[in-house]
Amino acid sequence: MIRFEDVSVTYEGAAGPTVAGVDLEVAEGELVLLAGSSGVGKSTVLGAVSGLVPHFTGGTLRGRVTVAGRDTRTHQPRELADVVGTVGQDPLAHFVTDTVEDELAYGMESLGLAPEVMRRRVEETLDLLGLAGLRDRPIATLSGGQRQRVAIGSVLTPHPRVLVLDEPTSALDPAAAEEVLAVLQRLVHDLGTTVLMAEHRLERVIQYADRVVLLPAPGAAPVAGTPSEVMAVSPVYPPVVALGRLAGWSPLPLTVRDARRRADALRERLAATTTDHHTAPTTTATDRHTAPTTTAGNGATATAVGAEAAGNRATTTADTRATPPTTTADRAARVASRPVAGPEAVGGGRRGAVASGVAGDGVGRRRFFRRRPSPAPEPAALTAEVRSLSVRRDRVQALRDVDLAVGPGETVALMGRNGAGKSTLLGSLVGLVEPSGGTVRAGGLVPHRTPPHDLIRQVALVPQDPRDLLYADTVAAECAAADRDAGAEPGTCRALVTGLLPDIADDTHPRDLSEGQCLALALAVILTARPPLLLLDEPTRGLDYAAKARLVAVLRGLAAEGHAIVLATHDVELAAELAHRVVLLAEGEVIADGPTAEIVVSSPSFAPQVTKILAPQQWLTVTEVREALA
Amino acid sequence: MTVHPGAWWLWALGLGTAATRTTNPLLLALLIAASAYVVATHRSSAPWSRSYTAFARLALAVILVRVLFAVALGSPIPGTHTLLTLPEVPLPHWAQGIRLGGRVTAEAVVFAAYDGLKLATLLICVGAANALASPSRLLKSLPGALYETGVAVVVALTFAPHLIADVQRLRAARRLRGRPDRGVRGLLQVGLPVLEGALERSVALAAAMEARGYGRTADVPAPVRRTTAALTLGGLLGVCAGTYGLLTAEGGVYGLPLLLAGVVAALAGLRLGGRRSLRTRYRPDPWDLRAWLVTGSGVAVAALLTLASAHDPGALHPGVVPLVPPTLPLWPAAAVLLALLPAFAVPQPVPREHS
Repeated sequence: MIRFEDVSVTYEGAAGPTVAGVDLEVAEGELVLLAGSSGVGKSTVLGAVSGLVPHFTGGTLRGRVTVAGRDTRTHQPRELADVVGTVGQDPLAHFVTDTVEDELAYGMESLGLAPEVMRRRVEETLDLLGLAGLRDRPIATLSGGQRQRVAIGSVLTPHPRVLVLDEPTSALDPAAAEEVLAVLQRLVHDLGTTVLMAEHRLERVIQYADRVVLLPAPGAAPVAGTPSEVMAVSPVYPPVVALGRLAGWSPLPLTVRDARRRADALRERLAATTTDHHTAPTTTATDRHTAPTTTAGNGATATAVGAEAAGNRATTTADTRATPPTTTADRAARVASRPVAGPEAVGGGRRGAVASGVAGDGVGRRRFFRRRPSPAPEPAALTAEVRSLSVRRDRVQALRDVDLAVGPGETVALMGRNGAGKSTLLGSLVGLVEPSGGTVRAGGLVPHRTPPHDLIRQVALVPQDPRDLLYADTVAAECAAADRDAGAEPGTCRALVTGLLPDIADDTHPRDLSEGQCLALALAVILTARPPLLLLDEPTRGLDYAAKARLVAVLRGLAAEGHAIVLATHDVELAAELAHRVVLLAEGEVIADGPTAEIVVSSPSFAPQVTKILAPQQWLTVTEVREALA
Repeated sequence: MTVHPGAWWLWALGLGTAATRTTNPLLLALLIAASAYVVATHRSSAPWSRSYTAFARLALAVILVRVLFAVALGSPIPGTHTLLTLPEVPLPHWAQGIRLGGRVTAEAVVFAAYDGLKLATLLICVGAANALASPSRLLKSLPGALYETGVAVVVALTFAPHLIADVQRLRAARRLRGRPDRGVRGLLQVGLPVLEGALERSVALAAAMEARGYGRTADVPAPVRRTTAALTLGGLLGVCAGTYGLLTAEGGVYGLPLLLAGVVAALAGLRLGGRRSLRTRYRPDPWDLRAWLVTGSGVAVAALLTLASAHDPGALHPGVVPLVPPTLPLWPAAAVLLALLPAFAVPQPVPREHS
């Protein structure tokens, strides 16, 4: 159906080819996943299928690409429109009309299909994608998942034989992503559509792929094979594969189900290690399972779970996630005063559902206070405090009676559907959104009444698109501006940039940076003012696994330095890696607030893969498992 | 179910024409009320329907500006009821005929208010058309040859709202950098990033449209192509020459026929040009009985008020010198009420859920 014959693409002004040596055939009815780090040319390969590369983007394409027997060399993209349907990264940039029904019909109108055929296909597509209830809705009022489905529907109506999708689920919450993937699955199985898609979040899509094509490096020839073959050598892989590699499973499992079937031995080993640790609870400061850690770090979890082994395991969780590798004495001190228990101690279990719903919580803490070798920490001043906050916007209640407390050094993940109010909550903490009820305090200030110049010393936000924060032509100019804005020593920002992005030249234009580099630059810019409270909105959108790992390391370091971090994210793996606490929002209300382990373990859609595989034991990330086994 | 968008526009333009025939504030208020009633009962929940309030505000601003000008710059209306006397700014000799400040008479203010109200009514009628039928839906009814231009216009129309959203987002982002998010300087500094973003989005949209078959053309035989070109060009030339003829004193003989011939040739060219386009229409809005009723009510109001203004100008243009309270002329008022016909002839849109 799609055939690449020794294809290489070189863009104008580029030193070398962006992709080279692509020799590939995709058979009819296959679902092929294109994997690789950022910037290896995934979008270029996808563009070559629809003919947009090189007809629209410019550049030189060598070799030959044929789709359904049509050579893209002689066919313009518009002449391929009846066989290839393309959905780009941003569905909003894709829409031509303003209502759902018109959008579905647009492509067919261009192709000149008969009105009766169009009418029938629109109705069929509305049903196929579950859009019937939205047919008259203006596109501007749709949620992210709905928009993605409309975008897919709009290219499906001309009945293309090939569907090309660039990151169809990256911007979506887990439930909406499943919605979209279910639709793709149905197209492939029922209609025999050929699907070629690129996606960073392999954990969401790998199980649906018939074949994976891996682009190992820019300009390197792709590696194609079955998903498990490719995952064995791929530099990008989902947590389930990481766990499989760690445990030495072969062939590698790709789904939680496959992995669970093999995980018995691993579970036993892990149970054994945790018990060992527990039976020897030495009091040496070097042992990470010292008593203070257990109780200070995760008393609630420990008593909630009840089982000793699990309790001890929970300690591991908290510890590996929060403690930076510094001197042990230092660490012990920090751990003791670390605020994982802080909000509970300070807030007195405000979110009753989770905190005080845990049986024996108080008992556990009292016992601990008696035994504790060091004096009880002073309840630290809260970095951010939100009390019964309500926000109304355009007659929509965006937030309703929300409470949130964040202490220094604490990392909180806000999760929930697209449109649940996560961004609004972040916006109100940084003064972009004026509350209609309740109070917001960030570092003792009322954000929306504080002049921006003073506010940046207390709280900083990296918006969904970090490019919004960057105005200058070069990295150096951006840094100089940041120093001026923050009133910091000249060179402060540049030093931060160098720390985050070691090999970046002063004269690079911010627009030439990759997503991950942009995020790092934006982070450095706002950190110049050294705000104790750091907010991030969807930081992992468009990041590959390597960039994500770097981000996790950076944020952990910041948390260890005492920055409070609140991140709104759909990425359950990120939340599992970073967050001490997870706050779930739904329709503008907080529906759960508690330690990460408790919240995500109990939720089918928010549980990370490792948790699902190793349940009923409570593990969150591969890193934890690796450290426990070491 | 829905009425052809062209019908709503004709209805609204009919009301607007009627508004230009009178300065009677009671009749104008009646016109505004009638159109507002129809809008209130028949507009959909789409974003463009909210533009009605914007038009209403603009109309209010027009009245205010008109009255303020009359107060500040004086008015040719002679009046005896002095409301107040502003200090008059003496102007040099060459600015004779212009006055700044001075006596403000009730007559001048009332005249300006009537005049402003007329213009405001016209604006509100256009706003009503906008709220009842999106301009882009109207463009769907363009002939095939003009369709692609139409799409380009629609895309350009959506450019402005996107631009405003971008400006708001980037000004908010300035706040995150610790810079003031208000003031003109802030606006200027986000200018470049906003334009860059808009350009990027336009390119992405163009790519999406291209990939979806925008601009596919059918093969047309060469003779047809040439005929199309000749007809269109000849038609446009005819229109130009005809218009010139109509406007000059001595061209009265050939002007009108030439103009008509030009229009016919251009239309034929457009129709023939439509063959190049493969496009078909999805659910075109039918021009049905309701559309006729809606259009008819608008045209009737316009025609009746024109007739009334010729027949009884006094009632439609209440005098300001001497200052008399306006009266409501019975028959023209009844004619204005015809504008309410669509409120009963067209079924109301089903209220939809909005999340």
